[in-house]
Amino acid sequence: MAAINRDDVAHLARLAHIEMSAEELDRMAGELAVIVDSVKSVSEAAGDDVPATSHPIPLSNVFREDVVGHTFTAEQALSGAPDSFEGRFKVPAILDED
Amino acid sequence: MSTDATLSFEEAMEKYDPVLGFEVHVELNTKTKMFSSAPNVFGDEPNTNVNEVDLGMPGVLPVVNRTAVESSIKIGLALNCKIAEYCRFARKNYFYPDTPKNFQTSQYDEPIAYDGYLDIELSDGTVFRVEIERAHMEEDAGKLTHMGGATGRIQGADYSLVDYNRSGVPLVEIVTKPIEGAGSRAPELAKAYVAAVREIVKNLGVSDAKMERGNVRCDANVSLRPHGRERFGIRSETKNVNSLRAVEHAVRYEIQRHAAVLDSGEPVIQETRHWHEDTRTTTSGRAKSDADDYRYFPEPDLVPVLASREWVEELRATLPEPPAARRKRLQADWGYSDLEFRDVVNAGVMDSIEETIAAGANASVARKWWMGEIVGRAKTADVDPSELGVTPETIVELNKLVEGGKINNKMASQVLDGVLAGEGTPAEIVEKRGLAVVSDDGPLLEAIDAALAAQPDVAEKIRSGKLQAIGAIVGGVMKATRGQADAGRVKELILERLGVEG
Repeated sequence: MAAINRDDVAHLARLAHIEMSAEELDRMAGELAVIVDSVKSVSEAAGDDVPATSHPIPLSNVFREDVVGHTFTAEQALSGAPDSFEGRFKVPAILDED
Repeated sequence: MSTDATLSFEEAMEKYDPVLGFEVHVELNTKTKMFSSAPNVFGDEPNTNVNEVDLGMPGVLPVVNRTAVESSIKIGLALNCKIAEYCRFARKNYFYPDTPKNFQTSQYDEPIAYDGYLDIELSDGTVFRVEIERAHMEEDAGKLTHMGGATGRIQGADYSLVDYNRSGVPLVEIVTKPIEGAGSRAPELAKAYVAAVREIVKNLGVSDAKMERGNVRCDANVSLRPHGRERFGIRSETKNVNSLRAVEHAVRYEIQRHAAVLDSGEPVIQETRHWHEDTRTTTSGRAKSDADDYRYFPEPDLVPVLASREWVEELRATLPEPPAARRKRLQADWGYSDLEFRDVVNAGVMDSIEETIAAGANASVARKWWMGEIVGRAKTADVDPSELGVTPETIVELNKLVEGGKINNKMASQVLDGVLAGEGTPAEIVEKRGLAVVSDDGPLLEAIDAALAAQPDVAEKIRSGKLQAIGAIVGGVMKATRGQADAGRVKELILERLGVEG
């Protein structure tokens, strides 16, 4: 069984900006351990001759030429913003971070 | 905001040994962004150089800019790095409004370039090797402006405004290995290192390299340890150090601050510091904590970059002559001594001298003008010598006028003033200001006779062979002609007049 404790979950929740109750943290600690173990079984199926991959299709060097394409207008860019001011996104001040 | 205690730099150096490290971010000057086809242009209306990829909208697919990859490889090669045959992008996860995706697309454990070095020449000619750990590709973040509050800083701000035009601009981050052994040269080395990186990327043509626009940005890591101890001290990372002067000052300040902390028996706190150009001090940012737990993982929307050896060699073949090699070549070509050449480089007139020589002047004439008249005037005007407005052609023409005996050096200086005042070409100014050397012997002989008559004892000395006395007569003639005589010709005529062999 993978060792995922309550503190690990609380830490991840904070990094992911997810608010969780004490009960949720307890429950998730158990569930995440099961999930991690399940994923681990993939490693057991793959032998040493199977390289790790981050993409399902063995592609490489998919490039775009350096040619300017389409852009939004500022109005379009801001059309989904909760708040804006003088062509810019307006966000709450973040005091406790850099 | 409290002021931190500092030791004097000298005392800090007596007690401690500094270790440095730099992260330099270079914005590439591609036409488009790293992963989107929106334009990479500085200074446009906010949020107009963006599309769905830059705004991190759901379901969009980033595509890598080929030119940005090539520029990154060129930077790696110029830094004497190895180029990875295989590398990937990774997501660096964090929540902050400068990144609408809530992650920055970067590279983690597979940078495109690694294990390089850069030889840095200090002002006295000492060469210091800085080892390069890696150079990796990533994207820039948007620009935040903090509103409200007293200082425009984030502390006390009411809200922030975000412009995503810079979001997605291609960046190459160059990371050094820990730099040991710089000692009291650490601040100077810091400045020289960043200057060298800037010079290289500018020379490669892959970045506009304007620090005032943030094209080249430096984070400076500083730690101190007692002399003789191998283990590094705890470091601080000073951000926002965006001019060469600031790099030097920030490293110096942090050394002095760390030394005071260590002297008080406290541990240095590992943290981000913010540089303030106005007070030339740093203030505490956030402590390094789990805010730096970025949970990197390979970017699933992008496929690996394979840099074949053929591709790398093709790119290597396009590299221009490295700045340091160019300096070596020019010094040899021009025949300057080490000291002369270093002065030329430090005065920032090497390119101007090269152009002046190309325009037809010889190396010593070009140096005489740039290091004399022009540097002096630039200092007075508080501008770079190359920005004063003196063209290589002006110098070539001035020199021709001097060598042809048409004007003397003193007049040439006045002619240069005229050129800078926009009065015309040197020849036109000589004409307009009536500056030509008096070469007609008639008026010269008159002045010589008068001078000899006024100083008969000197005339006698010269007649009897004491030729060094001639200066007094020449001086009298120059005075009478208000400096417009050719001193060489005057000498000849005096000797002729007195019947003495020169």
